[in-house]
Amino acid sequence: MISAGIDIGSRSIECVILNNGKIREMRKIDTGFDPIGQAKQLLKGLEFDTILATGYGRNLFEIEHEATTITEIKAHARGAVCFFPGAITVLDIGGQDSKVIKLNESGKVIRFEMNDRCAAGTGKFLEIMAQTLGFNIDTFGIEAAKAKKDLKISSMCTVFAESEVTSLVAKGENPNEIARGLHIAVVKRAVSMLNRVSSQGPVVFTGGVANNPFIREQLARITKREILVQKTPEMNGAIGAALIAMEQNKGKEK
Amino acid sequence: MKPDLLKKLQHITEQNIIDIENHKKNGNHAIGFYCLYAPTELAVAANAIPLPLCGTRQAPIEAAEETLPRNLCPLIKSSYGFAATDTCPFFRFSDIIVADTTCDGKKKMFELMSEIKPVHVLQLPQQQNFNLFLEPWKNEIKNLKTVMEETTGNKITLEKISNAIKLLNRERRAKKRLMDVAKAKPSPLTGTQMVEILFKTGFFADKETGIDLMNEISDECETLIERGDSPYTKETPRILLTGVPIGLGSDKVVKILEDSGASVVAFENCSGYKQTFQVDETCDPILALAEQYLSIPCSVMSPNHGRIELLDEMITNFQVDGVVDLTWQACHTYNIEAFQIRKFVNDHFHLPYLHIETDYSESDTEQLRVRIEAFLEMI
Ligand code: SF4
Ligand code: SF4
Repeated sequence: MISAGIDIGSRSIECVILNNGKIREMRKIDTGFDPIGQAKQLLKGLEFDTILATGYGRNLFEIEHEATTITEIKAHARGAVCFFPGAITVLDIGGQDSKVIKLNESGKVIRFEMNDRCAAGTGKFLEIMAQTLGFNIDTFGIEAAKAKKDLKISSMCTVFAESEVTSLVAKGENPNEIARGLHIAVVKRAVSMLNRVSSQGPVVFTGGVANNPFIREQLARITKREILVQKTPEMNGAIGAALIAMEQNKGKEK
Repeated sequence: MKPDLLKKLQHITEQNIIDIENHKKNGNHAIGFYCLYAPTELAVAANAIPLPLCGTRQAPIEAAEETLPRNLCPLIKSSYGFAATDTCPFFRFSDIIVADTTCDGKKKMFELMSEIKPVHVLQLPQQQNFNLFLEPWKNEIKNLKTVMEETTGNKITLEKISNAIKLLNRERRAKKRLMDVAKAKPSPLTGTQMVEILFKTGFFADKETGIDLMNEISDECETLIERGDSPYTKETPRILLTGVPIGLGSDKVVKILEDSGASVVAFENCSGYKQTFQVDETCDPILALAEQYLSIPCSVMSPNHGRIELLDEMITNFQVDGVVDLTWQACHTYNIEAFQIRKFVNDHFHLPYLHIETDYSESDTEQLRVRIEAFLEMI
């Protein structure tokens, strides 16, 4: 059976096609101003027996395509368990929000917490800061890792942090050190949410920010926990959705 | 529900306003209340209408923020905003406000409100230890009796208080009966309807009319239950809402829960099941009022074990599948208590629990929707 999962986030849309549970194709596009139009664009030429939508645009998509939907909480949990069976803690840092999910032994969500009210501590925060410092977002983590010492950033609000960074630059501070400080600020914010929800055991780290090596390294250092990341962490929600689409469809066939 | 009953419900607010106006034209009085801790029996005993003024709407909040800090509980801002903008007819009708020293925000707000209208503040103890606090609280209630007499010019005899207790006990029983119809699986009413009925029946000039209406609705619901008539099925997840008070205009969480496929069957808050107590009719009425009202399990009390006991009973009796704990933004007492409530619900009942912190505005609807849908997926 071919199943599809589409994760319509506020910054990007990911789509995954599974052939009997094995990944066959993965696609990604920016959300832009027209999520439904972009989703259509992304799905062009793809064929599947069943599709399930997740992410903040899921309900719009449902109306348009008669697809079923699940929340990104459930999708990320399912994806994490697929790559790391037995996972009980998931940290997701995406473009516009972050969340921590706690699962029981059978993979069921038992608690979660989200930060989706401001950009602080998300991919968007890092993106804006990289831009302010003149770094490329893809190598921002590598640049931060080059710094020898910490430069503490006190503002967590994106707007205030931006002006703090600007004035640090004006004072002649080293941009790599500022980058390091910004990364650590993001990690610390995630850690306090992480500890509130689930304070022990390995952490499955998902979402686009999990691609950043310096965030991963600092997360492991500060939490003293094992950090598990699959090859394409930004696809995790869409993979989870496609898996659940497959499982739901099998249930129906029976 | 029957169309004529729905229609009746739609028009009761207008009717209530006319009735209260007439009552006042005849030289009678109305007393404004903001919190469940103040015994409305004393207003009734003085032949005055007690009016629940607690602000549940977003509209006056902006105006309130010209005076009050933005980072304050929306209930306090809404309450003050209605007073400051003179846009609540029930506030206008009130000859005096009876306030309580509950949370910090509210008691300081009342200082400002007293510049708009006379406010009598009851010094509410923060603990329910009767040995220490029953006597001073009893004195507060005696003082309130004097204030009610002075405001209305009517003498309050002990007999009148006893009669008021009996009347309001009957009203609370009618309320309990109404809320208990949702114990049926599935419930014949939606949670949103329940909120509307409870809210609107608070403003009757004549308590008997309110009691009759509630009983009429309960009768109707019991027929619906017998017929198996319900907006839900037996499989619909049954949710208990606990925490801060809600009303028309501040019921968005109930609406989103029900839009997302749940049935809100129980309200453990002071706009709901906390109102179902009975005052002892057999002992000295002032003492009976003092004991019963001081026992209300609100988070302003420390400790507040009564809330856990009430939850324990309600989760069982309403056959609940999940608990949503609502905190208004900047309400520290409920926010902190959420930690204990989560632990109790998880450890004792192994039920999904969701804590929501929000205000009256619609700005976070989508964010709430994700949390609520994810919570329902856990059931
Ligand atoms: S929540 Fe507590 S303090 Fe607030 S009105 Fe209700 S009983 Fe009074
Ligand atoms: S909800 Fe909390 S902060 Fe608001 S009035 Fe009631 S106790 Fe005070």
